[in-house]
Amino acid sequence: MTGWSQALSGAHGETTGGHPGAASGETQTLTGNRGLQLEEKLIFEQDSPGHCGVDLPVPPHRDARLGGLERQGPIGLPGLSEPQIVRHFTRLSQKNYAIDSGLYPLGSCTMKHNPRLNEKLARLPGFADLHPLQPETTIKGALELVDTLAHWLKTLTGMPAVALSPAAGAHGELCGMMTIRAALTARGDARRRILVPESAHGTNPATAAICGYAIDPIAANARGRVDLAALKQSLGSDVAALMLTNPNTCGLFEDEILEIAAAVHDAGAFFYCDGANFNAIVGRVRPADLGIDALHLNLHKTFSTPHGGGGPGSGPVALAAALAPHAPLPWIVHGANGLGLVEHAEGAAANTIGRLKGFHGQMGMFVRALGYMMSHGADGLRQVAEDAVLNANYLRVRLAAVLSQSYPGACMHEVLFDDRFLKDTGVTTLDFAKALIDEGFHPMTMYFPLVVHGALLIEPTETESKASLDQFADTVNALAARAKSGRAEDFHATPRLTPRRRLDETAAARKPLLRWRPEPARQEATE
Amino acid sequence: MPMLRFTKDHEWIRQDGDTAVIGITDYAQQQLGDIVYVELPAVGTMVEAGKEAAVVESAKAASEVYAPVSGEVVAVNDAIAGDPAKVNADPMGEGWFLSVKLADPTALDGLMDEAAYVAFVAEQG
Amino acid sequence: MRYLPLTPSDRQEMLAAIGAKSIDDLFADVPEAARLDGFVDLPPAQGELQVERALSAMAAKNVAAGSVPCFIGGGAYRHHVPAAVDHLIQRGEFLTSYTPYQPELAQGTLQSLFEFQTQVALLTGMDVANASLYDGATACAEAVAMAHRVTRRGKAVLSGALHPHYREVCETYAQFSGLTLAALDPRPGGVEDFDFDSDTACVVVQNPDFFGELRDWTALAARCHAVGALLVAVVNEVVSLGAVTPPGAMGADIVAAEGQSLGNALNFGGPHVGLFAAREQHVRQMPGRLVGQTVDADGRRGWVLTLSTREQHIRREKATSNICTNSGLCALAFTIHLALLGEAGLTRLARLNHATACTLADRLAAVPGVGIVNTSFFNEFTLRLPQPAAPIVDRLAEYGVLGGVPVSRFYPGHADLADLLLVAATETVTEDDIDIFSHTLTKVLR
Repeated sequence: MTGWSQALSGAHGETTGGHPGAASGETQTLTGNRGLQLEEKLIFEQDSPGHCGVDLPVPPHRDARLGGLERQGPIGLPGLSEPQIVRHFTRLSQKNYAIDSGLYPLGSCTMKHNPRLNEKLARLPGFADLHPLQPETTIKGALELVDTLAHWLKTLTGMPAVALSPAAGAHGELCGMMTIRAALTARGDARRRILVPESAHGTNPATAAICGYAIDPIAANARGRVDLAALKQSLGSDVAALMLTNPNTCGLFEDEILEIAAAVHDAGAFFYCDGANFNAIVGRVRPADLGIDALHLNLHKTFSTPHGGGGPGSGPVALAAALAPHAPLPWIVHGANGLGLVEHAEGAAANTIGRLKGFHGQMGMFVRALGYMMSHGADGLRQVAEDAVLNANYLRVRLAAVLSQSYPGACMHEVLFDDRFLKDTGVTTLDFAKALIDEGFHPMTMYFPLVVHGALLIEPTETESKASLDQFADTVNALAARAKSGRAEDFHATPRLTPRRRLDETAAARKPLLRWRPEPARQEATE
Repeated sequence: MPMLRFTKDHEWIRQDGDTAVIGITDYAQQQLGDIVYVELPAVGTMVEAGKEAAVVESAKAASEVYAPVSGEVVAVNDAIAGDPAKVNADPMGEGWFLSVKLADPTALDGLMDEAAYVAFVAEQG
Repeated sequence: MRYLPLTPSDRQEMLAAIGAKSIDDLFADVPEAARLDGFVDLPPAQGELQVERALSAMAAKNVAAGSVPCFIGGGAYRHHVPAAVDHLIQRGEFLTSYTPYQPELAQGTLQSLFEFQTQVALLTGMDVANASLYDGATACAEAVAMAHRVTRRGKAVLSGALHPHYREVCETYAQFSGLTLAALDPRPGGVEDFDFDSDTACVVVQNPDFFGELRDWTALAARCHAVGALLVAVVNEVVSLGAVTPPGAMGADIVAAEGQSLGNALNFGGPHVGLFAAREQHVRQMPGRLVGQTVDADGRRGWVLTLSTREQHIRREKATSNICTNSGLCALAFTIHLALLGEAGLTRLARLNHATACTLADRLAAVPGVGIVNTSFFNEFTLRLPQPAAPIVDRLAEYGVLGGVPVSRFYPGHADLADLLLVAATETVTEDDIDIFSHTLTKVLR
């Protein structure tokens, strides 16, 4: 068996549902509600058949031209009024933690403040109410916006081209790797392998596999960076690319990056960079100056577009000149009549890899990101990176005495700890994180990267005040002291104060219940 | 007494004549935590020593189970497919995964015996 | 700067605590050659007023679809979204929350996604749906990849009436995964002859198809199943499911759809929301996140992300997909809009769309030289004009009418399709709009 010893250590051999902590000492209420914590059933359990929260005109009577394919039975959707729906989703929202509520110290997620100006801009009818297939004469401003965003991204990265259609970071990785494979194929030099550091985010090897490559892991050195000697050993005429994250997922800048780039290029391979951690270097370092050939950016990380509970994101890919001809469709080009869309593989776009998504790209996220960039400007963006790195290092020094830092010394925008500080306490990384929840914090990233045991990866971002950082550090230090003082039981039952206690993930996976179903109709007793 | 051997990847194999039963060890099931799903090969599949024969999953991880020896799958334990918790409860008995007809009846000789495996696990720390 | 809380004295204090003389000390690992001394060549910081002015100026150069008669469909549809939807999705706890990896802190997101999954399964007539993908086109490519995993076969056949963007995305993905795709030629108004065998993983069809035609895929589904192939059904316009037999009832094995029509503005093509549904027996081969129901330590019902071992963060190179961030907030908008509509509302909305399209079809068929290709349609159909459609669309735009999309935009090389114009009419189209379109079309065709 492989791959399990590390990632699972949080399981602790127990089910998450194995601690039936009594809600003892808590006031029992008649409704099950607890003050402002309101219980709320599923919409399907609140159905008033025939009811509707939207008033629509009665359709004029027309003979249907549906080819005999009229729907035969009911769909099964519940009917509710607008007040019920508004209350339903308001109550649900109140069960969520969010950036607006508090700090999210999630490493590599860059959970920074989402400016509300950007929401207003994205909703301007001239952007939101624009059909992607409108004639080009009616969308000039949209093309201008996309082109302006492209200019900002090219300037910040130093790269000559940027592909804007990928819908998220993983999609951007796919785009980048596909252009690399296309470029190699075009020069008659198809190669089979991709090198990926052991600390890489799971999307990296998943993406490489989808592109048809075999993945070879590269070990880290004792300083938590790519082992240059090991890399050079693995490079060969069969390697298509190195996929690197910089700063890496341990929060460290790859200080030998120029040598790494040189080695990769000497072997005839391409250098792909996962730009998830761009927040550490934006405005201070240009990836092109590091020898990078392709880099995806996450507009929903560095450039503040909201996470929305799981997307939408946007993952544009900055490309070196060798890869630019293979960029996915559509392209926006400067022509005789100003900006225009190229939607087919012809002319300059003849060697495109093709289309990666319907229509043009995540325009709604482009508007938000450009609003963010223009608000900060060149000076503000540089300050973003500096404050992000400053905040992370401040937490590092405030926590280093009590937690176990995996790689001593300065970090970039995030700092990595491991579970050595919990040794012999009976408290796991998981327990520690759940205790933080009761204190009003979303836990840090846990169990990632896989290169250390019980990882805790902390990224505060630049939008946290010093007071916020101090409160977080004080809390973490106090909890660590509590863990070391033998109070493991306190941790095992956390969280106690959230709308739900620890949930039974084992049961959810053993007997997946992935949708609501109506109760079977009761049998009438018959004589 | 059927010969019992172990691998460095925490599989056990118990030979009886020209067939052998394969499963994962108690150490493995402890490390995995609650097992939620197992993927077993079809009867008749040829498995190769050192290559993936089955997959075992907990809520947070998936792990390959490698065949300790080469052979043809002659039986699989449908009971654990329906109730993966059996693997946690009785990994060496009721939680068995598959049974193979050995390509080489002497193949187990090269594997760790129980004493060696116990020492190996102690080293894992 | 308004988004940066640290003050100069904070920074000094913190540098002192760290033991660094200046912030540059913390960037010491950056090779000297790569350090930027000054600012990059971009404008300096601006206040809200300035940024708003600049971007509003860009927006003003566009013609908002709602400001003129608009009849464009082609995979994105202009519907009226009730005001409550946008207010609810902008609540900070939805807008600014993270992926629900810590379920105790995210029951709001998890419960609403469970409702979304249920709605998608009900609408499509399938067993199980995921928590969204990027859009319909990538959902289609993921469906083909899933069929490949399930059947372990390397060929797929795509209908010629599949939305061209969906076909192109499948082709891009297949280039790299080694799947062999056979895409039939587009033959609007014709019946397709699907040629496949026991080496085929799936056949991909769309309903209503790209030209608007409605088809019964039941017989095709049976043919597929007879040779162990899967039927993948695509839906571009989910409102059609309020009036039309769903793919699940026709025997589809996987459904890939675009959910933009409900809850989401056009947004110039993104962000949209991919819907993905399948049969229960294939659930472990599905891509994307899945929310499952369970209980907490007190025995109370709650929800968690589940079957995560399919996904990239655990299975890495053996994952069913590399997808991580998907389209959560767009899925929430879909859920809220559909919850407001309910069974009665969606049914009525679908009837309204169809009735409006029927009225439009009659008026346009009466324009001299214009014919309708379709036998059936939901809210979109194909016109055959007496001359190439692309210049006509440009001239209509000069008159302030967004008169559909020329098929040649998608198929530039196909002379036989040059005269075809795809037009759609939703509940947002008025009688006046139809009058204007019909008069203007008559005028420009003369």
